[in-house]
Amino acid sequence: MSLKDTISSILPHSTPAAPAQEPRTCKQCGTTTAYEELRKNHMICPSCGAYYRMHAWERIADILDEGSFTELDKAMQSSDPISFPNYPQKLAQAKQASGLQEAVVCGIGKIEGVRCAVFVMDSAFMMGSMGTIVGEKITRLFEKATAQKLPVVGFLTSGGARMQEGILSLMQMAKVSGAVRKHSDNGGLYLPVLTDPTTGGITASFAMQGDIILAEPHALIGFAGQRVIEQTTGEKLPQGFQRAEFLLEHGFVDLIEERPRLRFMLANLLKLHQKPETPKMTKPFRSLMPERRR
Amino acid sequence: MATAYERVQAARSGKRPSGGYYIDRMVDGFVELHGDRRYGDDPAIIGGIGWMNGQAVTVIAMERGDSIEDRMRRHFGCPSPEGYRKALRLMKLSEKFGRPIICLIGSSGAYCGIQAEQRGQGEAIAENLFEMMGLRVPIISVVIGEGGSGGALALGVCDTAIMLENSVYSVISPEGCASILWKDASKAPEAAEALHLTSYDLHKFGVVEHVIKEQNRTEKEIGAELKQLILDELAQKSAMSVDALLAARYQKFRSIGA
Repeated sequence: MSLKDTISSILPHSTPAAPAQEPRTCKQCGTTTAYEELRKNHMICPSCGAYYRMHAWERIADILDEGSFTELDKAMQSSDPISFPNYPQKLAQAKQASGLQEAVVCGIGKIEGVRCAVFVMDSAFMMGSMGTIVGEKITRLFEKATAQKLPVVGFLTSGGARMQEGILSLMQMAKVSGAVRKHSDNGGLYLPVLTDPTTGGITASFAMQGDIILAEPHALIGFAGQRVIEQTTGEKLPQGFQRAEFLLEHGFVDLIEERPRLRFMLANLLKLHQKPETPKMTKPFRSLMPERRR
Repeated sequence: MATAYERVQAARSGKRPSGGYYIDRMVDGFVELHGDRRYGDDPAIIGGIGWMNGQAVTVIAMERGDSIEDRMRRHFGCPSPEGYRKALRLMKLSEKFGRPIICLIGSSGAYCGIQAEQRGQGEAIAENLFEMMGLRVPIISVVIGEGGSGGALALGVCDTAIMLENSVYSVISPEGCASILWKDASKAPEAAEALHLTSYDLHKFGVVEHVIKEQNRTEKEIGAELKQLILDELAQKSAMSVDALLAARYQKFRSIGA
């Protein structure tokens, strides 16, 4: 199934804000690009190189082997566990805007033939915030990966815990951490890819618990919000503060990889961690990697 | 009955006892231990070992300070990454020697600043959550004041969670919530209600196991009851096998929102 078919199969055509096949305009340089061209370019502006935020299904199509992905727990959706004002309406709007049932898509798929458990968060759904369903889906994925001895690859983007679910959201940080821990104790590999933006409670839990932590160039990654820091301390934030490059410099991510090369980097890392009896990579790694953009 | 926001104000009150007070009340011969062995020593967290009814324990407590200079020095009890890393170092020391761990939580949250981010505030909290899930000794966490979000949870992965009646525990401050939702921080009282952050709310949700009444009681009485409750819980948890303890800890959090 092509990406177009995948997207149209999951998104009702009546949802105007869903990532339709319309041209998009780059927020950084203002260049408008046809959707198909953007897709071929991994949702990178061909004019200035800025990264568009990716829809979960665009990411799945971009990274996973075609047709290899089976979604898990796709029908799970949030209730309103603490009866928070206007939350049901917010959820309905988020579903319309994103075409998703919740802020994460989980499943099992293959990257260059390597089977792995995959979760992809989506900032179009309430800024990718984590409530009980996001926590539950990711926990179940790690538990499944532990039972089936699969590596976990995660694409993270989130504003943090979802305040509309109060303390129950906060506790998801502990819940997911427990599942990550079990997976790790069982010898499982976990590769989080931090994308723009990864902040708050997500950074303070499973974003920073990877065996190898990858980030996309220029992604905002941090715990406290920038405005909050400025207001609290009265200090001016340094250039590039909380960007992926800043985290690399301070030792908090292992590597920054560009989108066109990301699939190959993940495949390489997955294969480097396979048990010796499984087939080796046949071609030299270098020949698989697209050239660096700049 | 007090409103949610009245409890928030009570939890924040400068007169309310902080971590050090309860250490003095509950622990004999407390020896404070310093430093994370990585970068520094964070005075927002007091950590050390001592005796509780003849039993050796490790206590890790947020301390807001008393005088204004002391409060500034301690960042009003808001831990920096060094504080969380010191806490984890002492917890691992505790695990090595089979001592149970008691965590006292009470501040507005993790310290918010440029240096804290540079030194990995998020990573420090994440590491604590990850490691505490697997520590092979009992952990009792007590919210004694304000339980501020991820910065509180970093000492809150435990086998038994206790809250003092007028303490609160929330994913976000009521002011932060109000300014995001309604662009108006003065609506904090409404946000406090909506967030369901009181000890009774959390008990109802099953997030904490015990609430200790404060109304019409002195701090001394509250401290005495807390000590007895901790001792009872420790006796129970210490009787469990390590595997059963860890399975129950996993399940305690696993069942929230499942």
